[in-house]
Amino acid sequence: MIPIIFIMPVVQLVILVYAANLEMKEINIIVINNDYGSLSRQLTDKFSSSPFFNVSFGNSHKEANSLMKKDKADIIMTIPHNFEKKLIKEKSADIQLLFNAVNGTKAAVAAGYCKNIIFNFNKDIIVNSPKLILEPINYKRINIINQFWYNPQLDYKIYMSTGILVILITIVSLFLSSMNLVREKEIGTIEQINVTPIKKFHFIAGKLIPFLIIALFELAFGLIIAKLLFNLPMSGSLLLLFVVAAIYLIAMLGLGLFISTVTETQQQAMFIAFFFYLVFIMMSGIFTPAESMPEWAQKINYINPVAWFMRVIRMILLKGSGFAQIKNEIFILTGYSITVLSLAVWRYRKTG
Amino acid sequence: MSKHSIIISNISKSYGNIKAVDDISLNVKKGELFGLIGSDGAGKTTLLRILTTLLLSDSGNAQIENFDVKNNYKNIRQIVGYMPGRFSLYEDLSVEENLNFFASIFNTTVAQNYDLIKDVYSYIEPFKKRRAGQLSGGMKQKLALSCALIHKPKVLFLDEPTTGVDAVSRKEFWGMLKNLQKKDITIMVSTPYMDEAGLCDRISLMQNGKFMETDTPENIINKFQKQIYSIKSKNKQKLIKDLRKYKQTYSANIFGQAIHYIDKRNNIKIDELKNHLKSENHIDIEIKAVKPNIEDCFIELMKKEQSAVTNQLKN
Repeated sequence: MIPIIFIMPVVQLVILVYAANLEMKEINIIVINNDYGSLSRQLTDKFSSSPFFNVSFGNSHKEANSLMKKDKADIIMTIPHNFEKKLIKEKSADIQLLFNAVNGTKAAVAAGYCKNIIFNFNKDIIVNSPKLILEPINYKRINIINQFWYNPQLDYKIYMSTGILVILITIVSLFLSSMNLVREKEIGTIEQINVTPIKKFHFIAGKLIPFLIIALFELAFGLIIAKLLFNLPMSGSLLLLFVVAAIYLIAMLGLGLFISTVTETQQQAMFIAFFFYLVFIMMSGIFTPAESMPEWAQKINYINPVAWFMRVIRMILLKGSGFAQIKNEIFILTGYSITVLSLAVWRYRKTG
Repeated sequence: MSKHSIIISNISKSYGNIKAVDDISLNVKKGELFGLIGSDGAGKTTLLRILTTLLLSDSGNAQIENFDVKNNYKNIRQIVGYMPGRFSLYEDLSVEENLNFFASIFNTTVAQNYDLIKDVYSYIEPFKKRRAGQLSGGMKQKLALSCALIHKPKVLFLDEPTTGVDAVSRKEFWGMLKNLQKKDITIMVSTPYMDEAGLCDRISLMQNGKFMETDTPENIINKFQKQIYSIKSKNKQKLIKDLRKYKQTYSANIFGQAIHYIDKRNNIKIDELKNHLKSENHIDIEIKAVKPNIEDCFIELMKKEQSAVTNQLKN
């Protein structure tokens, strides 16, 4: 068990954070260039020099389409044969971009990148191209400079590793506690305990506290690894984080214990724990922001402790929020813990 | 103060259509070693679980040391020791840790009650650092008994403590129970082994959730009216078949190497029986009169019960 406790956070943090990559790289674009002018070459050069695209050239639409069907191409860009002529004469020309939108998110991000490159191309030809008669007034517009707060390099690893930390302590608390009591039922030790005068409250506390300590230890261990590997910022108070984590863990342990009281075998307990775990994690906003979910889903999220804690850990670590900013979340998590724990104590009966 | 330690009045418990315990009443005196004798599924465990407050009965009530099993279950849990049929201690704790754990639950220490458990614990003390899961069957059972005794209970319930234990350990175990009895502990023990019945002060023969008979083992045997003959021959399988076909047979059952035979007639002619068996080609025939034991009584009572049921169905 002890090696598992140490190895699990390292493996999860290293593998999952690097693998669950939200950045789009290696977008395969096939260019069908019917123009052969210098401007069209400038445009394709812009794509090749971008780190996001793998540019290759195609001869016909048929060939490009078949590549897209084989999943070898993500974008097909067609430059018409009178592209340069039209651009100089009419000061505007069309190109066609076809996206493989099987993965909608990927297609949308890729489209954004393309738009950006084409916008830069437009800007450059106005400045550089001697063939175009310049009218400087035309190129006077608002220039937007973005500044990204709390994560200036847009490093997805920081965002991801906090999510993985939450997964980690959720697994430890929910699964260990849901297996525990039901295991005693299976091997029969509960019989012997039930004839003793031990109080329900003492028994349940004895079940919870070891797992609480293990999970908090895992959190600390995971934070150290995240700091070393990804330079995870720790802007807020770590003490506050651990206090909230303890409240959150009591809720998850209580839930696990409740599952344990209503089931008869470890398989059943595992099944139910897995159900809650999957729903809670997928809806918690670990990959996609919870705010962009449909409204009904956000309403369900009110009873999702993982979502609340996911917010809190990111607010404390990345934004440096203090107690005043997260007191709402703390309040809800506390209410959750009390409810679930009393439910578990009530459900655990010593007499059949 | 009542002189009875366990008072059971009209307790019933059903699982669906099956009546596990059917309207049972019983009084067990203080300091008595009481045996529940019955085959598997007779309802022994259910009755013990009701008495140890682990299970609520459907109807009737019971008192342990004047505490009601429904209303005063908290008091009962302080004064009873229970050893379930299945080994129910923590297998990944050592012998010593298990004992200390149960002592601390009862708010006591091993040292305080050492003289009570010494008798039992001394057998396993050399292995106190060993994990409970790695003990042999007999040692597990001694550890379980030590844990059940750690809080100096007034009443001890043992559910089939000798099932799956070798003959020597069984004998040792009953010796320990006799010693505990001297320390004013009322003991109720269930067992499927008929030969253990004679070691109890009083026994109940249990079948289908009912007590067929409750008395001292001697009285139960004395009540047995019929003469039993132990018959041996070279071919036991053929012998039992032939005896069951014989027109004068009341009953014939295998008992170890021999067959216990009861004749329909009161004055039986042994020679006639012997001649009959000879005519059936048996050799080395040996017939002798024997005293009945508890098992004979049990089988006889079961037979009566069954014929009563069939008569009821006929009417």
